[in-house]
Amino acid sequence: MSVKRDLVTALRLFAVLAVLFGALYTLLVLGVLQSLFPTQANGDLVVRHGRVVGSRLIGQSFTGPGWFHGRPSATVSATGRSDPYNAMNSGGSNLGPHNPLLVRAVRQAMAAYPGIPARRIPPSLVESSASGLDPDITPRSAYLQVPRVARSAHLRRSALMALVRRHVHGPWLGLFGHARVNVLELNLALVRLEHR
Amino acid sequence: MSAQTLVTWVVVVAGFALTVKPLGTYMARVFTGEPTVLDRPLGPVEDRIFRVLGVRGEASMSAVEYGTAFVLTNLAWLLISYALLRAQGILPFNPQHFPGINPLLAFNTAASFTTNTNWQAYSGENTMSYFSQFANLGFLQFVTPASGAAVGIAFVRAIAGRKLGNFFVDLVRVCTRLLLPLAFLLALVLVAQGVPETLSRYLDVHTITGHTQVVPRGPIASWESIEHLGENGGGFTNANSASPLENPTPLTNILLTLAMGLVPVAFFYMFGELTGRRRVAWTLIGVGSAFFLLMLAMIYFPEHAGNPLIRGLGLATHGNMVGKEVRFGVGGTSIFETATMAFTTGSVASAHDSFLPVPQLAFFLGMFLNLVFGGKGVGLLNMLMLVILTVFLMGLMVGRTPEFLGKKIESREVSLTAIAFLLHPLLILAGTALAAATPAGRAGVFNPGPHGLSEILYGFTSGAANNGSAMGGLSASLPFYEVAIGIATLVGRYASIMAMLLVGESLLRKKSVPVTSGTMRTDGLMFGGILFASILVLNALTFFPVAALGPIAEHYLLLGFRHV
Repeated sequence: MSVKRDLVTALRLFAVLAVLFGALYTLLVLGVLQSLFPTQANGDLVVRHGRVVGSRLIGQSFTGPGWFHGRPSATVSATGRSDPYNAMNSGGSNLGPHNPLLVRAVRQAMAAYPGIPARRIPPSLVESSASGLDPDITPRSAYLQVPRVARSAHLRRSALMALVRRHVHGPWLGLFGHARVNVLELNLALVRLEHR
Repeated sequence: MSAQTLVTWVVVVAGFALTVKPLGTYMARVFTGEPTVLDRPLGPVEDRIFRVLGVRGEASMSAVEYGTAFVLTNLAWLLISYALLRAQGILPFNPQHFPGINPLLAFNTAASFTTNTNWQAYSGENTMSYFSQFANLGFLQFVTPASGAAVGIAFVRAIAGRKLGNFFVDLVRVCTRLLLPLAFLLALVLVAQGVPETLSRYLDVHTITGHTQVVPRGPIASWESIEHLGENGGGFTNANSASPLENPTPLTNILLTLAMGLVPVAFFYMFGELTGRRRVAWTLIGVGSAFFLLMLAMIYFPEHAGNPLIRGLGLATHGNMVGKEVRFGVGGTSIFETATMAFTTGSVASAHDSFLPVPQLAFFLGMFLNLVFGGKGVGLLNMLMLVILTVFLMGLMVGRTPEFLGKKIESREVSLTAIAFLLHPLLILAGTALAAATPAGRAGVFNPGPHGLSEILYGFTSGAANNGSAMGGLSASLPFYEVAIGIATLVGRYASIMAMLLVGESLLRKKSVPVTSGTMRTDGLMFGGILFASILVLNALTFFPVAALGPIAEHYLLLGFRHV
């Protein structure tokens, strides 16, 4: 009876709905949004001296004493080597809570903050994120790094404290989410401060 | 618990509570053909679609016809999607020049997206072209939840004593009347919050530290929106909604959480409207809500307390942040993950492999039960399946013929329901046993000890429950898992749905029996409590042994741990 008819209807259904939801929906959203919110729709890019230096959404790897550091990132390269903040291969460490490698990784990350008592270190600063691209750290994680950055960049601590304070994004409407600092924005401001 | 966490939770729960009635009423009107506000703009479009399909003014289908149409349509999508994935290299909108997808991965992906599972054995950002993302997989994210919802609607019509309706008509109307308007609105807000929506290629940036970074982009907002509204859950990128590209702010996190649950919860209310048994519907909503809150508590409190191994290193206790994002914190992450496991979305805003054992148990609970509102339509089917089993058990205990909504539940219905109920654990346990017993299965395990077994168990449970989230450590791209989990998704989806459709029709054919003082009630606190307990007991009997070997064993290992 109707198996053949059903199949024909199913194929027609595919043709019609693929045009509607596969193509028109996306193109409509795209058209409206590219005209309404061009900055966000293109990835919230940060431009400096006419060059794109990053996206506000995606964290970058900052090492060395002169920068504010982000969270550890467990992303790997295409060949499986450690490659922090590789946005082409987002993901977490996937280490289970009882895995000895987890304890080792956290210990290693803590070693990057010598002279700071363990109880003052926020866990998020030494535990890797889910995406490996977390752009934020907690305000405490930023203040914690001020003495080191100040020493290395020959800046006054008070100036850096003020800089961090200016870059704390409070909870939205004071109610939603937690206060956080975008590491890329903070480091960009740091560069501007150094060049003044 | 911080004030921000509390506010986030209250907003989400209030969002569900305030929309359940208006949205459920609206859906009831749409699916009984009563006039609604969207008739004027959408009516002519639908009319044209129905004319092309040749289903305009078609008669109602029987359960077998409805089920056949459902399966055949899905089969067509599966084959087309497979072919398009294989041919990706020669199709347009591929600025990164990604090649075609290999046969096993294409099968796994097509099966997983057709069944509304959206299990992913690939990383989107380095595998899928824009065409595959929006035209192939994005298309499936609209129509597959709609086809599941259509079956749910047909079942509700049957037990309400109405005709089943036409599958194709229902499918189209779920897309046009529910998914399309909501998805469009949500996408607007997502972009305003920073989610990219572009067809331009990925961007090479030169950072201020002198390094280079590739910033992936794409039509992400339109994807993200339907990913959640359809309880699909496949991520545009590997990290899914943990990626700041997909879920950039605490506000988007709340909106996506709400998007997952609005329609599934309202579906339960629609059931009450169509059957005229609103009290029964509220009772079922109550049972679902109790499980939802239980899961939320099981996830939040242990994660907030943190991992004893890490606490042992002297860190201040501020929760387990391994595999979580600062912008969500433990509180925002917990509500998102509760929703994704309750509504079988399978999208994640964190790394499930790095959660503590009790939260893992909550993830499993959501997938084992598969009825804490569940996917739209399908979750209600599963809940009603357990209702039928519960009234059957109650009937046995007091020696009376069980009834539900005025229809006698007899051997045919109970047999079909039992088949549907037992299929789920069969797929999960047999699949897990096979993987644990073979080198091919064990090769995919990442973490040592009981956690490794949990990874395997999670994979098969996620497939059979059509959830789609994963403990990411498992090597899902091994051929063994691509095939085995692909099969679990297919059987888990179609076999149980068909059995329940037959139950619906069998109930439709029965005469209603009048309510007497001897009728067992299927509403109120008493029945709700019994239903809650029998859901727990039936599932514990099935799954406790394997849970004891996985998360429960890991829990006691952590408790017994001492730093030396």
